Amino acid sequence: MSKASSESSSTAKISSFALIAIIITLVVAIMALFNAVQAYLMGEVDVATILLIVGFIGVGACTYMLLQMRQRIIRLRIEMPPITTTIECRKCGFKTVREFQRGDYIFKEVEPCQKCNEKMLITAIYREVREKMKATFPF
Amino acid sequence: MNMAVMLLAALATLQKWLLQMPGELFSQIVSIIFIFLLLFSMFYGQRLQLRIWLNEIEGSLYKLKYLRDEGRRIAIEAIKEVGKPQTDPTPKVDRFLEYFTISPQSLDPVGIVWKLEHILDVRDARFKDEVKLLAPSADETQINNLENTLEAAMALNYIYKVIRHYFLLGKKTLSLYVIMQIQMILPLVMREAEAYASALKAFAYGQPIGDGVGALVAAKLMHGFPVRKVQKDCVVATVPLEGRTAYIIKAEGPGGNVGKPGDAIKTIIEENEGKIANIIMIDAALKLEGEEIGEVADGVGAAIGGPGVDQFKIEETILKYRIPINAVIIKEDIGDAVSPMRREIFEAADKAIERIRQLILERTREGDKVIICGVGNTIGIGQ
Ligand SMILES: [Zn+2]
Repeated sequence: MSKASSESSSTAKISSFALIAIIITLVVAIMALFNAVQAYLMGEVDVATILLIVGFIGVGACTYMLLQMRQRIIRLRIEMPPITTTIECRKCGFKTVREFQRGDYIFKEVEPCQKCNEKMLITAIYREVREKMKATFPF
Repeated sequence: MNMAVMLLAALATLQKWLLQMPGELFSQIVSIIFIFLLLFSMFYGQRLQLRIWLNEIEGSLYKLKYLRDEGRRIAIEAIKEVGKPQTDPTPKVDRFLEYFTISPQSLDPVGIVWKLEHILDVRDARFKDEVKLLAPSADETQINNLENTLEAAMALNYIYKVIRHYFLLGKKTLSLYVIMQIQMILPLVMREAEAYASALKAFAYGQPIGDGVGALVAAKLMHGFPVRKVQKDCVVATVPLEGRTAYIIKAEGPGGNVGKPGDAIKTIIEENEGKIANIIMIDAALKLEGEEIGEVADGVGAAIGGPGVDQFKIEETILKYRIPINAVIIKEDIGDAVSPMRREIFEAADKAIERIRQLILERTREGDKVIICGVGNTIGIGQ
């Protein structure tokens, strides 16, 4: 365990160093854009163009890198949607839905029904996935 | 911060210098820079591409490592929680994660199925013993679940190591082929790894998974009727269905278990001296991208995955007695197959039952005997 945690902290260090580098580049790129405006006002169109290009490339690259990093952090999680257990009474049809608990299984007999004291049955265990905006393909 | 100040100063100097430069010289410098860039991309473009690919692989490798560590942690936690071992199970788990299985030699393929079956039996017995030692106070169901959990952790460990191997090899050799082939299959590998990671949690908690939909169909058909055990790790119930006698077979739940449906079907056929009118197998099948999840389809053939031993046995037996075999499949993708069962798949079980009834009415006569076999991991599904 200790080995794993020390390694993960070293990866965190690398990413924070990268973050500082990206932020510095971003600042410089924005300064270049300001200088471009300045140069343009002084009538130096060529210089202004070059500075503008440098500035835009810098800003673009930094934004891309930052987004990429953010995505990497988001993706580093095992997502677990809620899993529900449906309990039904076979006699009177009384139905309850609750969160899954360890030890539940389909067709397990659980606590008696609140209405008729008959043993209830787990009839369903599933997870609900909310579709992420279905792409509208014509096929 | 010092660096930033220096950079800003350099930029200011550059600007001043550029402003003082005559126009002609300036445009010459720009064209020289462009020619230089062109030459650079000609000679070093591929190297640059390789570096980009290596970076991509490295990013995925971080994720794989995270998944592997998570898997190991979840497995150890589950063992500690349900097994209550006297000592720390970590070193034993680490040893377990490195187990390997050597498949039999196939130069002379005659009889290889039985060799493979034997090797798999040995593996299974060994795993079970190991888990029993790891978790002394776990019951049969929990041992099966822990075994499945550890197998998923093993798969994650293996995937991580293989990708790491090719990454380091690619870095060392800078070989286009080594790097390219790993970069090309990476999205598929990552999907599989994510699937195993979610499977691991499902196994640790004993939740039904998408692959178990075949077992769920069988469980729904047999629920309420007396069941008996058959070889190996399977249960069978005799159920009247549409005027026919149906032998419903599934692996014994609710522990994580696929059983040996091949042996079970063979036993039932031999008990009835081959007088079986039809066999219907139900299984989850991988869907093609674009197909609806939970779609039900039917066809012919032995619908069963795994290493092929059970399919072989079923085909041998039905050939001997000339029994027709039909299959009903429920479509899902690899991620859904090993993660907790989705609602769509759960609901598809009823559609599959409807299809089975139809098949029985169409393909058999009243009074016939049929075998209905639900294939899949029955974790979280009783009977
Ligand atoms: Zn009731």
